[in-house]
Amino acid sequence: MGVGIEVSNLNAWYGSNHTLQDINLNIPANHATALIGPSGCGKSTFVRCLNRMHETNPIARVTGMVRIGDRDIYADAKPVEIRRRVGMVFQRPNPFPTMSIYDNVAAGLKLNGFSNRRALDEIVEHSLRNSALWDEVKDDLKKKSGASLSGGQQQRLCIARALAVDPEVLLMDEPASALDPVSTSKIEDLIFQLKSQYTIVIVTHNMQQAARVAEKTGFFLNGRLVEFDSTHKIFTNPADKRTEDYITGRFG
Amino acid sequence: MAGNENLRTRWRAWTDAGVTVLAILATLIVVTPLAAIFGYLIYKGASSLNLAFFMQIPRPEGESGGGMANAIVGSGVLLLVASLIGVPIGIGGGVFLAEFGRGTKLANAVRFTADVLNGVPSIVMGLAIYSLIVSTHSGLIPFSGHFSAFSGGVALGIMMIPTVCRTTEEMLLMVPHAVREAALGLGLPNWRSVLSITVKTASPGIITGCMLAFARVAGETAPLIFTAFGNAFMNTSLNQPIEALPLQIWVFAISPYDDQHRLAWAGALVLIALIVLAVSLVRYVTSRGVLKGAS
Repeated sequence: MGVGIEVSNLNAWYGSNHTLQDINLNIPANHATALIGPSGCGKSTFVRCLNRMHETNPIARVTGMVRIGDRDIYADAKPVEIRRRVGMVFQRPNPFPTMSIYDNVAAGLKLNGFSNRRALDEIVEHSLRNSALWDEVKDDLKKKSGASLSGGQQQRLCIARALAVDPEVLLMDEPASALDPVSTSKIEDLIFQLKSQYTIVIVTHNMQQAARVAEKTGFFLNGRLVEFDSTHKIFTNPADKRTEDYITGRFG
Repeated sequence: MAGNENLRTRWRAWTDAGVTVLAILATLIVVTPLAAIFGYLIYKGASSLNLAFFMQIPRPEGESGGGMANAIVGSGVLLLVASLIGVPIGIGGGVFLAEFGRGTKLANAVRFTADVLNGVPSIVMGLAIYSLIVSTHSGLIPFSGHFSAFSGGVALGIMMIPTVCRTTEEMLLMVPHAVREAALGLGLPNWRSVLSITVKTASPGIITGCMLAFARVAGETAPLIFTAFGNAFMNTSLNQPIEALPLQIWVFAISPYDDQHRLAWAGALVLIALIVLAVSLVRYVTSRGVLKGAS
């Protein structure tokens, strides 16, 4: 089951660049939350702070509090633990190129020492079914490399890989921006199904996409969270003039 | 206007043909020396190749017949010792340079040392090992105090390190950042991600680097002259002097006997054939291995 995320006074830097400023918001459990905003507004940095990927860059720095479920992830947990509970899907599909489809999905468990073969088989199948890829790959799970799939399939493989470690939260950083429309709609259908089991945070450049998949939407601009509300409210009657300008296409 | 266009199209077609011809010529020039060497070796050496060449040790000077079994086995032993030293240290150093020490002073020092080591003439490497192992009588250094297969293997092994180290580093740096992020994003610790994901992804390139280093030292003569020393008899002990194909070729090639000249040619042919064989075998096995690892 998914858990809620509570963010307060989150600030983040890349070197001297203050990319996130005083972010406060509550992301509800078992819903999809979309983050929109122009390029460079900090929305990607924000999701990377939710699983402590931000700090893998040596010049990056974070202050503030992020509580996922009942844990303050910056105070009482190791980054490695957090990333197992908070899965991530990246902008470009990034399957492990030397691994088979099966091993890509199993990687997170196998490399953390999980070795029960039968359980692994089940988890792989379950994850691939959950990411709507099973029927397309079930015949050559171990024969084909993850890199031999099409872009859209690769992205669903990456989603399966993230689901296999059974996270509570799934972060998606523009998961469909490198995909064609058909693959994009598959990913969106998937988000729709997955949000009953996981808390999903999706960064997107595509506002229709945000409107289609998310209950809540946040608008970021210049490192600040301008507005966070129900998706319906954001797209029909935003409180802030800048949100309105952005969603009506006056800038960005 | 139409005439003008026609002229331009024809000019393009001619340029295209011209550049293609130049590229083919360049390819031929690259391939010619290799083909010539191989052809000449077969011409000179193949006639002296027989079962005895692979099964017997050299006869006393002046007697005809005999073979280079001791040198073939000796080269195998030396290269095994060299690979056991050069490959793990080289790969370890490369992983450090690319993954753990990036930007540190120590990494810069290691990289500089590897580059200088790569430029050290092989005869100097032989001398260094001679003074470190062969002419030293110390309980701390194994097999020290006399010529030995071990000292020859160490000399070759150290020569392998810089090539293996730098290719490993370069191949690791070519692994896309996205792949590393994917591994970290799954909650893998950094060391696990490096060993199981990054190094594995780069492994075809790393193996090529090891093969390059292997092929290079397989033909080295100078560092063996006063370490492995050579041995007219069959030996597999690390503690004894040992023969090697390049050493034997050198000794036979400068001898006054026609029979030994013929053996030297055959030895050169076998040396190159064995290198090609070893490299292809490792490539075949590891390419299957990568696919097998994927299942």
